[in-house]
Amino acid sequence: METTSRTFPANARAGLADAALQTSLARFQGGFQVKRAEAAGRLPEFEALRDEARAIKDHTLAHLDHYLERYEAQVTAAGGTVHWCETPADARETILSLCKETGARTVTKSKSMIAEEMALNPFLEEHGIEPIETDLGEYVVQLADERPSHIIAPAVHKTRDQVADLFHEKHSPLGLTRRLDRVEELVEEARHVLRPRYLAADVGITGANFLIAETGSSAVVTNEGNADLTQILPRVHIVIATLEKVVPTLEDATTIMRVLARSATGQEFSTYTTVSTGPRRPGDADGPEAYHVVLLDNGRSRMLGSEFRDVLRCIKCGACMNHCPVYGAVGGHAYGWVYPGPVGAVLTPNLIGLEEARHLPNASSFCGRCEEVCPMRIPLPAMMRTLREQEFSRRLGPAGMRAGIGAWAWLVRRPALYRLATGIAIRLLGAMGRRRGRFARLPLAGGWTDVRDMPAPEGATFHALWRKGRRA
Amino acid sequence: MSGPDARAAILGSVRRALGRGPLDEAARAALDERLARPAPNLVPARAALPQEERVALFTAMAEGVFATVDRVSGAAAVPGAVADYLAQQNLPPALAMAPDPALDAYPWADRPMLSIRRGAAEEADRVAVTGAVMGFAETGTLMMASGPEHPSTLNFLPETHVVVLPAERIGGSYEEGWAHLRAKGAEEGGEGGDGTGGFMPRTVNLVTGPSRTADIEQTITLGAHGPRRLHIVIVDGEAP
Repeated sequence: METTSRTFPANARAGLADAALQTSLARFQGGFQVKRAEAAGRLPEFEALRDEARAIKDHTLAHLDHYLERYEAQVTAAGGTVHWCETPADARETILSLCKETGARTVTKSKSMIAEEMALNPFLEEHGIEPIETDLGEYVVQLADERPSHIIAPAVHKTRDQVADLFHEKHSPLGLTRRLDRVEELVEEARHVLRPRYLAADVGITGANFLIAETGSSAVVTNEGNADLTQILPRVHIVIATLEKVVPTLEDATTIMRVLARSATGQEFSTYTTVSTGPRRPGDADGPEAYHVVLLDNGRSRMLGSEFRDVLRCIKCGACMNHCPVYGAVGGHAYGWVYPGPVGAVLTPNLIGLEEARHLPNASSFCGRCEEVCPMRIPLPAMMRTLREQEFSRRLGPAGMRAGIGAWAWLVRRPALYRLATGIAIRLLGAMGRRRGRFARLPLAGGWTDVRDMPAPEGATFHALWRKGRRA
Repeated sequence: MSGPDARAAILGSVRRALGRGPLDEAARAALDERLARPAPNLVPARAALPQEERVALFTAMAEGVFATVDRVSGAAAVPGAVADYLAQQNLPPALAMAPDPALDAYPWADRPMLSIRRGAAEEADRVAVTGAVMGFAETGTLMMASGPEHPSTLNFLPETHVVVLPAERIGGSYEEGWAHLRAKGAEEGGEGGDGTGGFMPRTVNLVTGPSRTADIEQTITLGAHGPRRLHIVIVDGEAP
């Protein structure tokens, strides 16, 4: 998939200036945060379940080769096929050849971030196969020819009015010419338009929240039921997943499910959790005739051996972006690739290169809320710090910034000199700003003073106060 | 690269990342043992209740996610309860019913107005009636398993899904469902609980309320693609 991560600062400014986006963002974050907190509060075992969920993934990752082999053997035993793919291009080709084998003209899809990683839709279209997104948010984004801006709420950047205009424009040729106002009407119209597409599709592609080694099953979680209609109606069901989705047993998947929906939307449990094992069985009246799993690496095995292994625990719940002040200010599109928010700031540099995505780990105030709410306890701020260090040591930033950071590093490693310099600076600034109490403009601090005043320091430095015992 | 070469390359890359070669036999045996004897992890205490309180929790949780729940005494009351529900909702008395022998135990003929077709769902069907393997009080969740007796399309295509569930099938937590499927697999095919995974039906649906979406302005709206209504009839008394 194409990326605009390189221009994050400009993307972020555009996001801040987009009034409709700001309206949408203001609404969504508050709701998700309250619901998650309430759901966690209702379950006394929530924190203990987070610990267990983390331990399950750590155990699986430490033995990933074995669990992948067992998983594959069980898929095969159930009559399915696993296709191992190293790169997104390999995965696209594999999916295309499966579609061609079955003579597919249309493909229904339920939401999959991995499909976004491999830019599957434009590729299928180029080859004469029509992909149809069925998750309502993804459908909206597809109609608008945009990208998801959130991993569980793809159209969170759109207002109801914008969706109404979009449906009016795109559904009018189907004879649905009335512009709708109410959310229920819009949902109803999407249901009406998509139902025949489900029934006519030749292939259904779903993502997977879990691959279960014990049984060779894939599990997918939705609220709409779209992943179900996508997989039980067409002749062929293709599951796309990356390596780290595997867990040992049904019980292990269940433990992680208990923290997934609560962290994501604050639901006790998602409406539909569907565990699929192979194709249709003898005597079944419905279900797909063939079951394929496209198992993609795309950098995961490399990350497994790096200091970023822990991010492979991610279950894509979206809690980190729901609680991130930077995401809440600039929206998901600013991040410029598949994964926005804090987890995107760690995954994107790892998957498309720090050269492309060096801004993202800097798009954080290090408030730590992402780590606080991450059900898998991924140390996202520490990882962003590591990436910032790499940005500096690999000389990726502009020369002026590197010189500034270098000078700062030189100074802070000389405590006596640092105390002297900051002591002088703070007295000077205090004297200069005594009358107004703040600065509207300061040399070298334009990034701060362009948008707000800098308060004038009052009294001594923090170090000096600490030494005097004023620690309250 | 994809195919067998890719398989070897990916597994090789995983092992390099883990700083080791293939696991030795003892290590593999220990992991296979973990797979062969799947044990529940921490199960929330919420649903560890006497049966009657469990049914009450199941009902409250299901209603909390906009399912409707009716409770009747005895198999004979089921057809009437279903017919009354359809009348209240202004729905046609035409049912697509799972070809499940357990549903035959209810005296449908007592309600001659009900027209019943057995089999998978079709596009025009408006009401589905199925059973369920179990219910879980923890979150008001139903577990349904695909098979000749329960086509999965019944759970998703019709706009109204009526589930008839004997009260004794309401358990506490999801783990009881997995244990049930393993035991059933062991009974039927000698598989299950032995790490072979052969006990799993093609599709297991855990269903918690009717279909919904909040993708437009976080406004929860029912009936996104699946059923608009999920009606659960809990049946007390002897199971059919």
